Amino acid sequence: MSPQLFDTLLGWAMTRPMFDLLVKGMWETVVMTGVSGALSFVIGLPLALILVTTDRGGIFQNLYVNRSLGWLVNALRSVPFIILLVAAIPLTRLIVGSAIGIAAAIVPLTLAAAPYFARVAEVSLREVDRALIDAARAMGATRMTILRDVLIPEALPGIVSGFTVTMVTLIGASAMAGAVGAGGLGDIAIRYGYQRFETAIMVAVVVILIVMVSIMQWAGDALARRIDHR
Amino acid sequence: MVVKDIPAVVLENVVRRFSDRPALDDISLTLARGEIVGLIGRSGAGKSTLIRCLNGLDRPQGGRVLIDGTDISGLSEQALNPVRRRIGMIFQHFNLLSAKTVAENVALPLKIAGIDKPARMKRVMELLDLVGLADKAGAYPAQLSGGQKQRIGIARALAPEPLLLLSDEATSALDPETTQAILTLLKDVNRQLGLTILMITHEMEVVRQIAHRVLVLDAGKIVEEGPVAKVLASPQTDTTRSLLRGLSPVLPADLAAMIAPVGDQALIRVDVYGPDARRPLLAEIEAITGSPARLLHGGLNDVQGEPYGRLFLALGTADKDRIAAVVARLKPETTAIEVLGYVPATV
Repeated sequence: MSPQLFDTLLGWAMTRPMFDLLVKGMWETVVMTGVSGALSFVIGLPLALILVTTDRGGIFQNLYVNRSLGWLVNALRSVPFIILLVAAIPLTRLIVGSAIGIAAAIVPLTLAAAPYFARVAEVSLREVDRALIDAARAMGATRMTILRDVLIPEALPGIVSGFTVTMVTLIGASAMAGAVGAGGLGDIAIRYGYQRFETAIMVAVVVILIVMVSIMQWAGDALARRIDHR
Repeated sequence: MVVKDIPAVVLENVVRRFSDRPALDDISLTLARGEIVGLIGRSGAGKSTLIRCLNGLDRPQGGRVLIDGTDISGLSEQALNPVRRRIGMIFQHFNLLSAKTVAENVALPLKIAGIDKPARMKRVMELLDLVGLADKAGAYPAQLSGGQKQRIGIARALAPEPLLLLSDEATSALDPETTQAILTLLKDVNRQLGLTILMITHEMEVVRQIAHRVLVLDAGKIVEEGPVAKVLASPQTDTTRSLLRGLSPVLPADLAAMIAPVGDQALIRVDVYGPDARRPLLAEIEAITGSPARLLHGGLNDVQGEPYGRLFLALGTADKDRIAAVVARLKPETTAIEVLGYVPATV
C-alpha cells in the first residue's frame, strides 16, 4: 500500500497525529504488559512452586515458610491496584530512579501481577495427581526431578491458561497505570477521551484494547491446547 | 534364574498405625527370590499400606523391613532412593505422566538412575518390544487403551532391572480379557527375568492364575498363607472363604432345597487338591457302596497346573455304614469331606 493511499484511508477515520499517538500508546502498553508479564512469570512460578511444595505433605514441607509466604502473597493481593500504584512509588524510585513513565509503571504492575499469577499457578500445581508424585518417588526420583519431570510438565497446560488470564488482567491494569502518568493507551484514553471529550479517541482506544485482549486470549488458548496431552 | 540365599523381602513384626486404627498389626513375611506372591484382602485390610512400606512411600512405626538384606526402616528419603531404584511398581490407575510420550515415560526411571541418553533410548525400545508396544513409542498415554497403559506401566517398572516388582491392584481397572493378557505378561517376565513379584489384589481369580503363594490379609493381620492351590482347595478362615465366594462352586438353590435329614441317597461334599484330585473317585465309591455314585455339581479347576476342586456327589445309598466307609476311605485323599444330608434318587 502506498503511503498516499494509506493517508487517504486513514483520513476517513482520524488525523495522522491522532494515529501516531495511538500507535505510540499501543507500543507503550505492549512494552509495559510484556515486561511486567515476563517478570511476573519469572517471580510467580517459583512462588507457586514454593507454596505448593512447602505445604503439609509436600515434597519440601516447611510450614513456617509456607505460612509466611502465603501471608505475603495475600497481603500484596489485598491492596487495590490504584492504591498499590501510589504506595509503591518509593520502591519504584529505588529501583527505576523515577516514579513516572513506562519503566516506573512496570514495578507496581509486577507487584500486583506476580502474586496473582502465583495463586493461579498454585491451583494448577495442586491439581497434579498425588499418585504421580508417589510413582516418581517409588522410582527413586530426587525432589528436583519430581519438580522438573512431574510437577511442572503435568501442570503446564493449566499454568499457561493461568498466565493468559494474568496477561489479560495486566493489559487492563496497565491502562489504569496511565492515570499516574505511565503512558500507554490508558493515558491517552484519560487525557484525550475523558478530559477533552474526544469520543473518537476513546472509542479507538477501547477497540484496540479489545483486539489486544482477544489476540492474547487466542494465543494463550492455542498454546495451552497444543501442550495439553491429557 | 538367579537364586541367592538372601530373600528379596523380609518383614519382621511390622506395625503401622493410623490415628484411629492399626493398618498393619505385627506383620512378618518373607518373599523368596523369583516367587510370585499374591496378597489378597478386602478393601481397608491394609494391603496398600503394606506394599507402600516396602518402598518407603509409607513408614512403619515398628518392626523392620529388609529389601535384599538391607534394612530400610530407618533410612532417610535420600538414602532410600538407591533402594527404590531396584523396586518396580505398577498401579491400578497406571500413573503414567500425561505430558510425556510413551518412550519418555519408560525412560524416566533410567534418567533417574543416571543412564545416558543413547543407552536409555536403546533400553526403552527393548522394553517396548518386550511389552509389544514398540509402535507406540511416540504416542501420549491419553491415546492408549487401559491395557496398553498398563503394559507401559510394566515396561517403566522393569526399566531399571529391578529385583522386586510391586503390583498394586494392577488389573483391577481392566476388563477380563485385558487382565488375562497382563497376567500372562507378568508371568513371562517372572520366568524370563527371575523377578520377584508381589501382587496386591482383591480378586482371588488373579491370585489363582499367577501366584505361587498367597497371603490373606484381614484387619492388618495375615490370617492365612500357603501355596495357592492348597488355600483355594481348603480355606481355613472366613475371610478367605468370603474372598473365594464365586470362585468355588456352591450347590444350586433347587438342589440345596432338596436336602433332607432322611432320603434315598447321601449327598457329600468333597474338596480335593493336588494329584489326588485326579483319582477315579466315583469308581472307588462304587467299589465300596456297590451302587454307582453320581456327580451332581462342582468340578475341577486348576492353579498353574495344580488341580483343585469341590465336588457334590450323590452316593447311590443311604446306608449309614457304607457312607461311613466311604468317608473313612476318602478322607486321607481329600482336604475336606462332609455329609450334607440326603436327597431323593430322582435328583
